[in-house]
Amino acid sequence: MGRYQFLGYRRENGRVGIRNHVVILPLDDLSNAAAEAVANNIKGTLALPHAYGRLQFGEDLELHFRTLIGTGSNPNVAACVVIGIEPGWTGRIVDGIAKTGKPVAGFAIEGNGDITTIANASRKAREFVQWASEKQRETCSIEELFVSTKCGESDTTSGLGSCPTVGNLIDKLDPLGATTCFGETSELTGAEVVCASRAATKEIGDKFMQVFRAYQVVIERHKTSDLSESQPTKGNIAGGLTTIEEKAFGNFQKIGKKAEFIDVLKPAEAPAKGPGLYYMDTSSAAAECVTLQAAAGFVVHLFPTGQGNVIGNPIEPVIKLTANPKTARTMSEHIDLDVSGILRREMTMDQAGDQLIEIMLRTCNGRLTCAEALGHREFVMTKLYQSA
Amino acid sequence: METHFIVHDKADTVGVMVVENAQPGRELTGWIMETDETIAIKALDAVPLGHKIALKEIQPGDTVLKYGHDVGRAVAAIGKGNHVHVHNMKTKRW
Repeated sequence: MGRYQFLGYRRENGRVGIRNHVVILPLDDLSNAAAEAVANNIKGTLALPHAYGRLQFGEDLELHFRTLIGTGSNPNVAACVVIGIEPGWTGRIVDGIAKTGKPVAGFAIEGNGDITTIANASRKAREFVQWASEKQRETCSIEELFVSTKCGESDTTSGLGSCPTVGNLIDKLDPLGATTCFGETSELTGAEVVCASRAATKEIGDKFMQVFRAYQVVIERHKTSDLSESQPTKGNIAGGLTTIEEKAFGNFQKIGKKAEFIDVLKPAEAPAKGPGLYYMDTSSAAAECVTLQAAAGFVVHLFPTGQGNVIGNPIEPVIKLTANPKTARTMSEHIDLDVSGILRREMTMDQAGDQLIEIMLRTCNGRLTCAEALGHREFVMTKLYQSA
Repeated sequence: METHFIVHDKADTVGVMVVENAQPGRELTGWIMETDETIAIKALDAVPLGHKIALKEIQPGDTVLKYGHDVGRAVAAIGKGNHVHVHNMKTKRW
């Protein structure tokens, strides 16, 4: 294989995955029990229980469908069983995922009960998992790879070391045609003007500023303080970060020094402008953000942490790196790449970026991340407002 | 030579401690990443790993600079070598 190639699963629609999951996807909270029972019956399948899906409306409902259809459509998913309380919305999820060409089947509980539904869905899941288990990896190139990034439990070492390491990777992979994504709208507060200047055109920069201002309106409407202890978090503050502005400039190091973003995506919206760096409007909460990026089709995630956020995602492997020597020492089972050498001036940013590319490609080839080995599968749907 | 703190940008008024257990009165060596310069400062407080140390006198209301950018304002007088954190610095937002 060439330097920037990896072994992935090429799916029916041409997209490339790095995992081969058979997902049991509940439409709504009521269907979690059946989905988990199917995953318990059929080994090698993965249930994705979540809290929502009833009486949502408007943009919030659209986001619910976009997230579930996107999750099932992600190239890390080989096949998908959908279970919902009734057939209408269950069918809408199935039809959305079926557009990828991958095997998908839906089962509704009303009129059948859990036990019959579980039996029928288990038979289909058994068929899918045996089919998927014969899929072979093949050589794929970097322009077929979709990489997302988001940082968590940041501290000042994130801005000094781990975030600019991701930035170094993006500066190297962007010219090679990788598709990459960053987000965290509230966490750019203070750095928003600098961020807007990194848009490929003024129009895209204006679109970013509109999204940014909309988030500020939400915060102004609901806040009861200056958000201290929420944004920055208590962990951020313990790690030495004092203000949201300081945190924002550290966060912003993740997109490197050169790459320009070519579009502003809605939450869970798939990129449609070809290879390049995308901005996605997301919460800065780790599991919400990564769930949205996975639903948009990103297959591998780079997660710098300072104080030691332990997040994983069920379908998109999360690679963790830290520049905090204490975190690397005390939480080593969570850290895929230790770049604390940057702080000791034993490692250059260029070397750190190369090491991250190497561990990312090994992860793409099948190496389990720390979060996968530890069973971290945080699947958290973003909810925009109250249900009806 | 051991680096005790790192400064992002030449214009910054704070640096970040990158060693554990820096005690007051100790002479510290800093590295400015932007210009690859080495500077020295005496710590007035015990500044924990990852926390900020003032590189100059900062008056209440002054903007604190890090990454060469505005990252908040001082809310108390801060001496060169003091610990800079939530007790003497606040956001300008929200």
